[in-house]
Amino acid sequence: MINVRGVTKSFGEKKVVDDVSLSIEKGKITSMIGPNGAGKSTVISMVTRLLDKDNGDVLIEGDNLFTKPNNELAKKISILKQSNHLELKITVRELIAFGRYPYSKGRLKPEDNEFIDEAINYMELGEFEDRYIDELSGGQRQRAYIAMTIVQDTDYIFLDEPLNNLDMKHSVQIMQILRRLVREKNKTIIIVIHDINFASCYSDNIIALKDGEVAVSGTKNEVIKKSILEEIYEMEINIQCIFGHQICVYFDDQNGDGIDDDPQEYAQAFAREQVRA
Amino acid sequence: MPKMTNDKLLIVLAAGAVLSIAIYMLYDLNPEIFFYQIPSRIKRVIAIVIVGVAIAVSTVIFQTIVKNRILTPSIMGLDSVYVFIQTSMIFFGGASSAILLNTHANYFISMALLTFFTLFVFKFLFRFTGNNVFLLLLIGIILGTLFGNLSTFMQMMISPEDFLVLQNNLFASFSAVNEQLLTVTGIIIVIMLFFVLRDFGSLDVMSLGRDHSVNLGLNYDKKVSQLLIIIAILVSAATALVGPIMFLGLLVSNLAHELFSTYKHFYTVIGASLISIITLIFGQIAVQFFFDGGVELSVIINLVGGIYFIYLMLRRSRV
Amino acid sequence: MVGKLFRLDVLLAVLLIFSIISIFIGVVELQPRDIFNLDEEQRNIIINSRLPRTVSIIIAGASLAVCGLIMQQLTRNKFVSPTTAGTNEWAQLGILIGLVSFPEMNMLGRLLFAALLAVAGTMLFMQIISRIKFKEIIFVPLIGLMLGGVVSSISTFIALRTNMLQAINGWMHGSFSTLVSGYYEILYISIPLFILALLYANQFTVAGMGEDFSRNLGLNYQKVLYIGLFITAVITALVVVTVGMLPFLGLIVPNIVSIFKGDHLRSTIFLTAVLGSIFVMVCDVIGRIIIYPYEISVGLTIAIIGGALFLFLIFRRAGSNA
Repeated sequence: MINVRGVTKSFGEKKVVDDVSLSIEKGKITSMIGPNGAGKSTVISMVTRLLDKDNGDVLIEGDNLFTKPNNELAKKISILKQSNHLELKITVRELIAFGRYPYSKGRLKPEDNEFIDEAINYMELGEFEDRYIDELSGGQRQRAYIAMTIVQDTDYIFLDEPLNNLDMKHSVQIMQILRRLVREKNKTIIIVIHDINFASCYSDNIIALKDGEVAVSGTKNEVIKKSILEEIYEMEINIQCIFGHQICVYFDDQNGDGIDDDPQEYAQAFAREQVRA
Repeated sequence: MPKMTNDKLLIVLAAGAVLSIAIYMLYDLNPEIFFYQIPSRIKRVIAIVIVGVAIAVSTVIFQTIVKNRILTPSIMGLDSVYVFIQTSMIFFGGASSAILLNTHANYFISMALLTFFTLFVFKFLFRFTGNNVFLLLLIGIILGTLFGNLSTFMQMMISPEDFLVLQNNLFASFSAVNEQLLTVTGIIIVIMLFFVLRDFGSLDVMSLGRDHSVNLGLNYDKKVSQLLIIIAILVSAATALVGPIMFLGLLVSNLAHELFSTYKHFYTVIGASLISIITLIFGQIAVQFFFDGGVELSVIINLVGGIYFIYLMLRRSRV
Repeated sequence: MVGKLFRLDVLLAVLLIFSIISIFIGVVELQPRDIFNLDEEQRNIIINSRLPRTVSIIIAGASLAVCGLIMQQLTRNKFVSPTTAGTNEWAQLGILIGLVSFPEMNMLGRLLFAALLAVAGTMLFMQIISRIKFKEIIFVPLIGLMLGGVVSSISTFIALRTNMLQAINGWMHGSFSTLVSGYYEILYISIPLFILALLYANQFTVAGMGEDFSRNLGLNYQKVLYIGLFITAVITALVVVTVGMLPFLGLIVPNIVSIFKGDHLRSTIFLTAVLGSIFVMVCDVIGRIIIYPYEISVGLTIAIIGGALFLFLIFRRAGSNA
């Protein structure tokens, strides 16, 4: 259980995170959603001590986060930020091995290598383990980074937009892996995510932020509701139940010309666009 | 597999360094002045090793911190400050100025001011620029331009005789190194190296960037400020001893990265140091035996390093 | 408030005032009321020294500022200018090579060498940055500055071999004090170049959008790019040969204009030119007053004032990005 109490952050004049309090349930996937600029990444960064907070406390299983030694904390929580582009000559295996740093301090012992082998298998990276990371596709690279957080062997794993730049297949793959981690290894996972349907289908709890404050927080069924989401995103959102999942439909058809129904009209609209460009 | 070749490469480079030193020591020995030649050459070799290693180590680490292969401490205005210090001494005191002639005083004043300047740029401005390396660099370069123009302005007003004296101090030279200062610099640099070289592992982690480092339990911000202080001292001590060699760090660190093609600092740091020694020794051989002292070592190295830089930019951009 | 006053007529008036001040500052006493009964010496001073100086300040300031503007348009990068693209250093190398090969060379010959290398060097710079992967906005001028450093080390090598280091350093340091009649007229060459720049103003803006974008609009991208490079490199070489380096000028002036007036070249090019003249004029006047009757060279005053302004611009941008 992680408790965040009254955390605040300002950049210059602007209050990005304003008195945020929330709690994260153990052994669950908690998604953080909200429009751009809601402060999701900032909250995650403060909870994982990447960013200093102006005010407030973060308690991890009752202990104050900021009094713990860094190295001990690194065995307790891990964070993977978005946009991990490294211009580094490093192989997949070497990258994953960095996850053992809190334990090995750079000198790998046999048990460290066991962890690494296991994570490589778990993430199905066997055939790439000696390739340089800049030779991998986006999905493979993301899996390598997640493998690195797995070998770090922490109870809590924070992921900041892990689906960024991934196609549908790889996004689903990553989310299934996260579910497996919760189910089989009893991890607690917190993800920042933009796609509310992914949040709705794969998480247990959802926290919605808006303008630096917590708008709602609860189980996914409590949050994925038309009235709540419409207020957060300020647009029309319809919710349908498909195969037992709450699915949000938010393609608004403002002009009402329904061009996608009629091929001829579609072609005309396409031509109009061309002329305009 | 790549590990094996990297180990071999290190051995080859070490052998190369020893060989080049041997060539320098034995080239054109004259039995009549043997007892003059040998000690003076040994002194130069020691100076080259100390300065070469200091510049190589500080550059490789600096580039890890700033995550950029073309920034070096020298480029951030340090060299212009050195020129400014030397020019001011002549300008205000004349060629017979006590400070300028007293190598000890000159060394310690230069070293103190250079360290102060570097730390000022690093520490004070880091706060303003919020870790934005490019801003930091631009500010360094602007300060460098400012000091450069101040120096040129003063240089125009001093007599040509004074300028010749100054010119000798402006370019790095291993020929007239003071023995006591060599010892002092050696001690300073060895102490600094001790702090850095015990812990290659944390340097490797730092090359992943701040977020990953903090995640892996490294006290990144504290570590960065410690390393920056060490870099400032290393570079200042080396520069105050022999003078500025702007492109040396750039040359050796990029060559090391290209040869070893690994993130592991064990290889890049030691490799760059060895390359640095080899480069300086061959530069010294060229200056001393082929140009008969007609060209300064730093000019040759800047030339080679500079051309390599252009090549690097053109090649990298083609990828 | 400042924005309101930022008009061409206001700036021209300011320039006029400073030009008059510039004419009446100097070692030989001269009052504005003397203007109608000048003695022989005073007339001489005005015609042979004060006027040439003032005119060359106006031309050099205006044309360098416009150079910066064109380069920034072509690269879409507000930090590119003759100072930060290494153009100055190439011109310096050109002069040096010229002087070493033909010691008796006159001004025009030096200009030829300087312009030749400046054009080649600026083209190399454009080559490198057009193919660079990592387009961080400050990375581009960084490459230019490094390139300048490399070229300048080649110059130092040659200068040391020929014992010309102090001379060449002195030359390169921007100063108007040596510009007398018979020596400054070469700067007039930049006037036709300025007109050429005006004619191509729109094309430069389009070319700055990139090669594909220009093609799409039917623009001969390469040709426009080369014309822009040619204009900027030759003007830079001109100023370097006559005045010396004026650091930051091409960087700061266009940026200030852009803050108030936006980025459309057609509408800002005159403002940039006039403001460039004013900026150099003010720096020169300050340099002449501050340790009167001696003077501080304009290269130094520009480095100080320009450096401070440049830092301000950087922090402004950094602040708005945060």
